[in-house]
Amino acid sequence: MILNEWVFVGLFFLLGPVLLVVPIALSKWLAPKRPTPIKQDAYECGAEPVGLAWKQFRAEYYIFALVFLVFDVELVFMFPWALAYNKLGLFALFEMVIFVLLLVVALVYTWRKGALEWS
Amino acid sequence: MFTVPSLSDLNLAATLPATLLALGASVLLVLDLFVPKGRKALTAWLALAVLGVSLIVALLSLGDVVDLGTGEGAFFGLYIADSFTDAVSVIVLVTAMLGVAVAYNYLERTGMQRGEYYVLLLFSALGAMLMGAAGDLVTVFVALELLSIPLYILSGFRWRDEGSEESALKYFILGAFASGFLVYGIALIYGATGTTAFGGIWAATRDLLAADAATKYVLLLGAGMVLAGLGFKVAAVPFHMWTPDVYQGAPTSVVAYMSVAAKVGGFAALVRVLAWGLPDFVLSGQSAAAWQSTVWLIAALTMILGNVVAVAQNNLKRLLAYSSIAHAGYILIAVAAMGTAGVANEAARAVVIYLMAYAFTNVGAFAVIVAVERDDGGHTDIDNVRGLAKEQPVLAASMAVFMLSLAGVPLTAGFVGKWFVFKAGLAADLVPVTVIGVLTSAISAYYYLRVIWFMYFEEGEGKAQIAWPLAWGISVAAIGTLILGFFPYLLSDMARGIALAFGG
Repeated sequence: MILNEWVFVGLFFLLGPVLLVVPIALSKWLAPKRPTPIKQDAYECGAEPVGLAWKQFRAEYYIFALVFLVFDVELVFMFPWALAYNKLGLFALFEMVIFVLLLVVALVYTWRKGALEWS
Repeated sequence: MFTVPSLSDLNLAATLPATLLALGASVLLVLDLFVPKGRKALTAWLALAVLGVSLIVALLSLGDVVDLGTGEGAFFGLYIADSFTDAVSVIVLVTAMLGVAVAYNYLERTGMQRGEYYVLLLFSALGAMLMGAAGDLVTVFVALELLSIPLYILSGFRWRDEGSEESALKYFILGAFASGFLVYGIALIYGATGTTAFGGIWAATRDLLAADAATKYVLLLGAGMVLAGLGFKVAAVPFHMWTPDVYQGAPTSVVAYMSVAAKVGGFAALVRVLAWGLPDFVLSGQSAAAWQSTVWLIAALTMILGNVVAVAQNNLKRLLAYSSIAHAGYILIAVAAMGTAGVANEAARAVVIYLMAYAFTNVGAFAVIVAVERDDGGHTDIDNVRGLAKEQPVLAASMAVFMLSLAGVPLTAGFVGKWFVFKAGLAADLVPVTVIGVLTSAISAYYYLRVIWFMYFEEGEGKAQIAWPLAWGISVAAIGTLILGFFPYLLSDMARGIALAFGG
């Protein structure tokens, strides 16, 4: 039966919301609630929160995000490449060298332009 | 079963002009970091050298008769090296070299001299070249982005100036929208044919029509969306709205380059898609390809709107923007003609011929505006060329040549381009749209001649700033316009080998 394979898809649709709702509802129902001002504070990586969250953020963050993405994508491609390296041979080495060189160009550029310095 | 390709499968040698440009642009990006401020002439020279080397390599293989059967594919058919690729590469590289020459002084005196300008120009030229070399819709898309993204940035190169920022943002948002259309179209074509390679699409279309499957309407929708996406790039009505605003706001040296480069890229991709992928997409009961009537309708609208609105313009950049819309219309006549069996190759040649003629003429016309413009970006109205003939006779004469060529007066390159385009239109029996082309050309003579009138017969201060790279660029453009007008066979020889469509 072809349908049997699709039963699992249906199950996912049914179970998904259940698995999402049940833990939230359970903790709401079971957990004791003793709020203090400190507990009610916004969570800011452990530091004491300063001011409101509704303010303008520094645009410099996007450059860090972009540079991070460069390395992120690089590694995403490199893991499967490294695993299959023995079978792929010279072609894959050549392709990867080109790929990494292109990213190096981008990195050298951002570096020299001072984008990595926090000003 | 996936087989591991070898290095020689890539056939890198066939892609030499593009590969050299890609390499050169990447190296220049890094080299420029070590060029001190105030010495950016070095970057400009290096950019010219990279383009020159690439141009020489492209010229060496130009005009070889290489049709589809013998054309070399590289990167597994993603890149096609044939006569069309070479011709498009030559046009793009000439445009880019003129673009560098026009830009240098202008950037210097307006305080915009940054090395990135030349690097971005190189990358966008690479994108335009790759659009001509595309053997696959995926290449078309990647190349389109490579062409467009640097152009968005270049449009905003005079940043902190509101006009320039507005033009960059407008161009970016509308451009992204158009790219969305293109990708959706590609997806639908893939859905209908099961492939993104032009050769495969062509074969699948035949099977689809033979089987009379309903998916042919999916293909029709896909072709329409690709047409819309590329129509935006070439500024065809009704996707032309961005053109006047972007051309007016962007730095003039950028417009000189991009008005031609974006058009060349867009039309090259259109020719590849329509003449190679979908020439035989003829629905039952029709005699020509399904997209032909749409394209000629767009052509007619584009010519009428561009030429009529240009008459009312007083800003030279806006005037040339509408003129560039009108010229997209003329070229679209040839694109429509590709839909008639047996005319496709002739029409594709006409497109290439027109673009080569247009490249010299249009870059030249904007270069003259660059000379007339003040450092603050103002002074680009038609009033500002009053009396130019007295103060700057050579500059005014060059501008007159460009205007006559844009109007299509004989013995200029523009005439040769129009001749071949109209001839292709008639060969395909597209009489009404060709007649519209001739009539609107007559309208266009009014506003082109008006510029000449202002330069020669009106009194004014006629000020302009010329230094030698700009003068060099304008001279080459003017001489090129005249030489191609006097010796039309240069153009037809360049396009001689182009044979995209199977069976003519």
